[in-house]
Amino acid sequence: MITTDVLAPVVATVREIQQETQDTFTLTLETPEPFNFKPGQFNMLYIPGAGEAAVSISGDVTQPHELIHTIREVGNVTRGLVALKPGDQLGVRGPFGRPWPMDVVDGRDVLVIAGGIGLAPLRPAVLALSAKRAEIGRLTVIYGARSPEDMLYAREFLGWKDAFVARATVDTASPSWRGNMGVVTKLISPVDFDPTRVIAMICGPEIMMRFAIRSLSALGVEDDRIFLSMERNMKCAAGICGHCQYGNYFVCKDGPVFDYDQVRKLFGVKEV
Amino acid sequence: MQVYRFEADALNALIATLRERGYKVIAPTPMDGAVVLGEITDAGQLPRGYCDEQEKGVYRLKKTDRDAFFDFNVGPRSPKRYLFPTNHVLWRSRQENGRLEIYSESDDEKPFAFLGIRPCEMKAVAVQDRVLSKGPFADRIYSNRRQKALFIPVDCTRAGKTCFCTSMGGGPEATEGYHLALTEVIDENRHFFLARPGEENSVNLLECMQAVPATAEEIKQGRDLIEKTAACMGREVNTAGVAEMLAEYRDHPHWEEIGKRCMNCTNCTMVCPTCFCFEVEDHNDLTGQNTERTRQWDSCFNLSFTYQHGGSVRHTNKARYRQWLTHKFSAWHDQFGESGCVGCGRCITWCPVGIDVTEEIQMFQEKTS
Amino acid sequence: MMKHELHEILRQHDFFKDLPEDDLLVISGCAKMVMIKAGEVLAREGSDANNFYVVRMGKLRIEQQAPAMKPQPIQTIGCGDVAGWSWLFPPYRWSFDVIALEDSRLICLDGACLRGKCENNHSLGYRVVKKFADVLRQRLHAASLQAMDVYAPRED
Repeated sequence: MITTDVLAPVVATVREIQQETQDTFTLTLETPEPFNFKPGQFNMLYIPGAGEAAVSISGDVTQPHELIHTIREVGNVTRGLVALKPGDQLGVRGPFGRPWPMDVVDGRDVLVIAGGIGLAPLRPAVLALSAKRAEIGRLTVIYGARSPEDMLYAREFLGWKDAFVARATVDTASPSWRGNMGVVTKLISPVDFDPTRVIAMICGPEIMMRFAIRSLSALGVEDDRIFLSMERNMKCAAGICGHCQYGNYFVCKDGPVFDYDQVRKLFGVKEV
Repeated sequence: MQVYRFEADALNALIATLRERGYKVIAPTPMDGAVVLGEITDAGQLPRGYCDEQEKGVYRLKKTDRDAFFDFNVGPRSPKRYLFPTNHVLWRSRQENGRLEIYSESDDEKPFAFLGIRPCEMKAVAVQDRVLSKGPFADRIYSNRRQKALFIPVDCTRAGKTCFCTSMGGGPEATEGYHLALTEVIDENRHFFLARPGEENSVNLLECMQAVPATAEEIKQGRDLIEKTAACMGREVNTAGVAEMLAEYRDHPHWEEIGKRCMNCTNCTMVCPTCFCFEVEDHNDLTGQNTERTRQWDSCFNLSFTYQHGGSVRHTNKARYRQWLTHKFSAWHDQFGESGCVGCGRCITWCPVGIDVTEEIQMFQEKTS
Repeated sequence: MMKHELHEILRQHDFFKDLPEDDLLVISGCAKMVMIKAGEVLAREGSDANNFYVVRMGKLRIEQQAPAMKPQPIQTIGCGDVAGWSWLFPPYRWSFDVIALEDSRLICLDGACLRGKCENNHSLGYRVVKKFADVLRQRLHAASLQAMDVYAPRED
């Protein structure tokens, strides 16, 4: 008899909720047991009355006592999530999915490219990479956001700028903005990394990832050293409901992190 | 393995014994003009003297002049209806004074004994096993029901016009997973069953039917029937290179042609014995305190299937048809090491516009060769 | 500034560094150093595109204006980048605005001068046009991504 139920959530309690941007919030949860996860993995969060949504984990892997998610308010469930108050309870299932390739970064330069809310699943990787900077080569974080006001973890990002190369660009800003504007790929510079050895981790809108990959390929970064986090409709997160299929993969169990070599043939095809 | 024989009349004793042992006997039975799977308590409920006529978009049940119990092929229902039930409660949650409780719904269903299902359906159960029981996460309800179930398939001694199990390795003879596999033999003089106990030794089931070792002559009679059936398949698929071809030609214009005909009715996925996709739904009571999460079969033909904020990934007919066919005959190999099709032909019979997977695959083979 | 100094600067500049010596010598003959202060306009859409600029230091924004809209940024450029490709194609008018975000040091290249040299030496011309094809490609990517507003929230 199977008694564990991968489809049934456990109960977690909201410790804190913090507004990141106009439509994005960071939720800190307490779980009955320490919550161990790997950078890049995600949870299914359940709000009674609203339903369940897949949300990547944004916390620090060395802090299993606080489970952190950064959530953008885009639908019913996420609206319910951001309306939570400290002490409220919700359901959590996870962690699920293939993580960022933290096992291959030793001795190599690492380039992290994030677009919009795509920084949320990359934050645990940046924190872990930052903590092990002695063991890796150069660390570079490139971040594209819609506007300066839409940048996640803005204060933390300033700290990253002091510790390693961290650059941001926005699509639009008030005339007083003196920072970079335009595509994130413009910030990719071979000055920051060795293209023949770098490990690249990319997360953002699919179209932005496509452009980032093209820039990296032009510099000679091989497909199997470019890692992406994909997004598809997820219901079970356990590889049994079929919703998140992407070509021959289930994004929930074979991903969400893929290397580009795995998905290259699917990337250009419409409606896969 | 020793082959046994019992007289046709002894089926009733088998059904009674299964029920005594606590099983719910699920068997083919005529209902609403089709042979469907349902619970039976008596051999009189089997579709004795019936055969079905199937073609693209056609299913008719007819009386025969024979007294055979299993003279038909497959109807719209398959064991997945029982092992992987739709509209089933997964768990319930209760919220009170700010506290939330979530508890899995226990599954009190009696164990099923599937009697008279077809070899392709046995194969389909094995295919679903890999998806729902043998992956990194097992589905609790399916796995437990599956583990408790008993399988007594009957080999096919007649091939339907939409059948192509020989192409997909699904039949016409049961080869795996069964407890007892039967072959029905009927002629002017005799009506008996041959019985092969499965590896999960079920010889003790034979006692109630007063089965005796079969003679070489009887065994040959059964063998001949199966071989004749294998030679009369209504359809055929040349599977060589199909998986690679479908993966390679995702942009082929022929998808558009099929897309124009396909109505996205989801019939093919509902009748398919291996389709496993599901959706979940929350039912909240008026107080907002109690929620019941249920599972429903879903279909990749539904527009909502790939919905994520902003829209559906597969928003055209052709993309959804391509997903279905490519999944069955191509991606399934990568995901589970085998084809997702067992050749039962249901999707051909129950397609209201008569789209035939075997024809479409052949079209791709011709257009891409 | 002496011609050989310009030649040296061009040789070390990302945009030109893989060109053969002979090309650099020819190109530097059409070059001069310029400075621009933060907030100044380097080029206006529709004005004569007699020149193009390579950025040595500083930061500029390529953008587009439309009535009743905020300027639409296309790209931010800096050291190693180039502003201007309209000098290559008649009627030689700028396609976008270029505004300095910081005090910037640029090398200004005389378009008419370089066009003449490219006409006389098609091998040089091919290499130069290939470089500018890449500039155009970058602008196309940047403009199309901006137009799509990829990070915009998409409501359920």
